[in-house]
Amino acid sequence: MDRAEVDTKIRSLIEPFNKKGVTITEDTTFQNDLEFDSLTVMDFVAEIEDEFDIIISMNQQAEIENYGQLVDAVTKLQAD
Amino acid sequence: MSEGISQPDQPQAIEGEGKDLFSKFDDVIALREGLLSSGQEDPFNLVMEKVLSPTRAICNGRDTILLGTYNYMGMTFDPDVVEAGKQALADFGTGTTGSRVLNGTYQGHKEVEQALMDFYEMDHAMVFSTGYQANLGIISTIAGKGDYIVLDIDSHASIWDGCALGQAEVVPFKHNDIEAMEKRLKRIPEGAGKLVILEGVYSMLGDVAPLTEMVAVAKKYGAMVLVDEAHSMGFIGDNGRGVVEDAGVIDDVDFIIGTFSKSVGTVGGFCVSNHPKFEIMRLVCRPYVFTASLPPSVVATACTSIRKLMHGSNKRAHLWENSKALHKGLKDLGFKLGTEEPQSAIIAVIMPDLEQGAQMWEALIQGGLYVNLARPPATPANMTLLRCSLCAEHSEEEVGEILSIFEQAGKQVGII
Repeated sequence: MDRAEVDTKIRSLIEPFNKKGVTITEDTTFQNDLEFDSLTVMDFVAEIEDEFDIIISMNQQAEIENYGQLVDAVTKLQAD
Repeated sequence: MSEGISQPDQPQAIEGEGKDLFSKFDDVIALREGLLSSGQEDPFNLVMEKVLSPTRAICNGRDTILLGTYNYMGMTFDPDVVEAGKQALADFGTGTTGSRVLNGTYQGHKEVEQALMDFYEMDHAMVFSTGYQANLGIISTIAGKGDYIVLDIDSHASIWDGCALGQAEVVPFKHNDIEAMEKRLKRIPEGAGKLVILEGVYSMLGDVAPLTEMVAVAKKYGAMVLVDEAHSMGFIGDNGRGVVEDAGVIDDVDFIIGTFSKSVGTVGGFCVSNHPKFEIMRLVCRPYVFTASLPPSVVATACTSIRKLMHGSNKRAHLWENSKALHKGLKDLGFKLGTEEPQSAIIAVIMPDLEQGAQMWEALIQGGLYVNLARPPATPANMTLLRCSLCAEHSEEEVGEILSIFEQAGKQVGII
């Protein structure tokens, strides 16, 4: 799956978690813009992990602050 | 002479004036001040002026029933236990002033480790200075960089800190969700070291883990299993060995972590294991090596208490009766509880929000009842809880008294 396809998939996965309907760009941050708390992060990450059959460990999550970084990380992880 | 030296200090305009390393705590400070400005008694600053028994104390000047301690088996005033401590103080002094691996191993430390091996029928026991350090030490030492830890999202802070210290890859799963745990284990790269961390009883809601299924799944994927039985030791299982015993999986788990600061009634932590190489931990586990060992009186009281807990089946039965009676009573009064059925000695009463939780806590303490107020971030799903933990020494009458204090407070605050 290339980056554009990963992006499309994640956009559909994030929808139910984007309660305030924030417009999502590459720079949208999970903590400040989307206001995800730790439980939301866990549920959202679990959705992505199941969809792409990957693990995003908490150590990796700590490096991911915005949407673009997430798409990059997932693109890389699912290609490995 | 340099001009610079004779010049007076000049006030500098610094960006972010008034900010320092403590600025990150401003939100917490504001939350706390807001709570206390309403005249609320501080739930996190209670002083017990006198402790009368395992179930009674004078708190802030009032005779109070204790329903928020971890003194599950009521061993803190057991005459044999107290006597053992006094004797050790007289014979061995107040402290060891050294590490277990240097001058800090006395006869008593070996004896308490033997008591643990006998209690659990396991080959090895290692005693730490606190339960927090037991988790910190064992987890960080066995799971290092490149290894994977799969753990429940509601794990205790000491478990998370152990994971962070060891730098393993940390993969949490939804609380008590067997399928979510299995999916994560399945995805771990082949050849990587795997550790699954579970708790017998989760202390916030007092619910138990489905260990029969979870341990089987962990073994299927070749993971080692560590179970924290801090809140079940002495109480759950025919011999008080914990949920692992009750679930029939004690022989399949690799490490049990426990504490002396709950049912045992003093302070300290431990790990028991049958792993043939376990003893090497004493040399490589930093939170074990680089701290002073427990005082002789503490290990003597722990040793005596653990040996008495082996024969505690009557107390265990009474504690179950208390747990069932309180759970039913609170449910009948209309309180919302953390579990449908009583699963441990902890009954969590769910509050609508922090404000009403704090009011309820205050109404209870003024009525002569102490419970734990638990709030985010320590709680799952950002709940505010009044955590009740029962003691085997609570009498049937006291449980009745507890219920009537709850009823009065609940009506006063308007929760029921």
